[in-house]
Amino acid sequence: MNFVMREAMLTFRRAPLLSALSVTTIAFSLFVVGLFALVAVNVQRALSQVAERAEVVAYLLPGTPIETITHALKDIEAFPEVTSASYVSEDSALARARRELVELQGPLRELERNPLPASIEVTLKPADRDADHVGAVADRIRDFAFVDDVRYGRDWIEKLDKLRSVLAAVGLAVGIAFAAVAVIIIGATIRMTVLQRGREISIMRLVGATDWFVRFPFLLQGLIKGAAGGLLAVGLSYAAYLLSNRWLMMRTEFFNAEQAAAIVAGGMVIGLFGSWISVGRQLRKV
Amino acid sequence: MIKFTNVFKAYPKGGLALKDATFHVAKGEFAFLTGHSGAGKSTILKLIYAEERATEGEVRVSGFNLADLPPRQVPYLRRRLGIVFQDFRLLEDRTAEENVGFALQVTGARRAGIEARVMRVLTQVGLAAKATAYPRELSGGEQQRVAIARALVNEPTVLLADEPTGNLDERATRGVFQLLRDINASGTAVVMATHDLDLVRQAPYRVIELQDGALVYDSAVDEPRGEQSGGTP
Repeated sequence: MNFVMREAMLTFRRAPLLSALSVTTIAFSLFVVGLFALVAVNVQRALSQVAERAEVVAYLLPGTPIETITHALKDIEAFPEVTSASYVSEDSALARARRELVELQGPLRELERNPLPASIEVTLKPADRDADHVGAVADRIRDFAFVDDVRYGRDWIEKLDKLRSVLAAVGLAVGIAFAAVAVIIIGATIRMTVLQRGREISIMRLVGATDWFVRFPFLLQGLIKGAAGGLLAVGLSYAAYLLSNRWLMMRTEFFNAEQAAAIVAGGMVIGLFGSWISVGRQLRKV
Repeated sequence: MIKFTNVFKAYPKGGLALKDATFHVAKGEFAFLTGHSGAGKSTILKLIYAEERATEGEVRVSGFNLADLPPRQVPYLRRRLGIVFQDFRLLEDRTAEENVGFALQVTGARRAGIEARVMRVLTQVGLAAKATAYPRELSGGEQQRVAIARALVNEPTVLLADEPTGNLDERATRGVFQLLRDINASGTAVVMATHDLDLVRQAPYRVIELQDGALVYDSAVDEPRGEQSGGTP
């Protein structure tokens, strides 16, 4: 084991340039994947924030007794898709309008009669904020006799749905493509190391080294290079994140610890995989 | 020890490299393999250390039947053999003692015992004083001695030498050959491929001669012959 570790480390000392090349190649490949993941994470987060506002509003007929409404609120809250349902009276609707629609404050203050209807605002569970569920809930609420009209942004919910599935598909495809490119490039750089040490490998085998003994230092090396590349990629992504926050004035978020660890682990897997293939090919040749 | 029975070796593109070879090298024996380049000397050595597999026939080495030896067993066969080449095959970035120790390390030998064993074989080949020299700091003859020390360090039962003096001047050749004779005298069988007939004549050892892949003369079974009839130019 000691010998294997020393042999693995020896390459870094003997071929520092080639080792640095492998590490930076892994780092940049993962950085591209990481950048894409960062964009995907932020877009997903933004979309779910938008989706949080996906609520159904039921406008009530004037003069609906409050007991009927209280009763209905309980019924609606019992729907499996619903997190909460709240009553907004005519007065509080007007108060809210005055507060939020600043440009209309003048005309609203001069009103003699409140033109706004009372309403029930319904929020849905995150998993049920797609067009189908929202539509179903709206239809059920429409069945209440005292409900005048039900509104929910049908169009934009459908668009959001489509956007989400397109983004997921594109994200998956681009991610896989970049990961494949990374594996190929990393395999090539590790193969260069293997070729450089081809003579040594053939001598090792002549004096009776087992394939595993030959393979192990290279696998260890691939693992170390992958980890170093992964760490570097996380660092580069962090730099990109800081830059985008400072220069693009965007409030984006960075990976959490698990996601960053996944990038490093990804580097290790790619490094290991690339070494495995390269050494395997060389072993079959000598 | 080494037993070839009706062995054929065909290369996919190169035709027959060995035709119906049958011979037996006993424990402790010294045998020369002679013949022109391409006569099949290296093929026989490669078949012995399982670098190549026989197309037909049976090859037995140190108790291993090479016809059905699984690839993962090959390293264990090689640990019983010592192999020396014309081009030395030393690792340029390691010292003499590291090159020799390397052969022990790859077999998983304990680190504690390695140093003493390395020094013992380096002393045996007369290079104890140059243990820390790199191959580039050594003459051709000295490099070949390091290679021989590496071959010996695992205490092989057979030493295979493929043109070990091919790159050496006359003086170094004599020294290396004497070393091989000493090694043989201490009980290790030696199979040496060479086309240096002067060397072959110097010693009373067995001669196996090859021509175009066929075994044409074996001094152990055939009548002794005169200078004119045998050998290669």
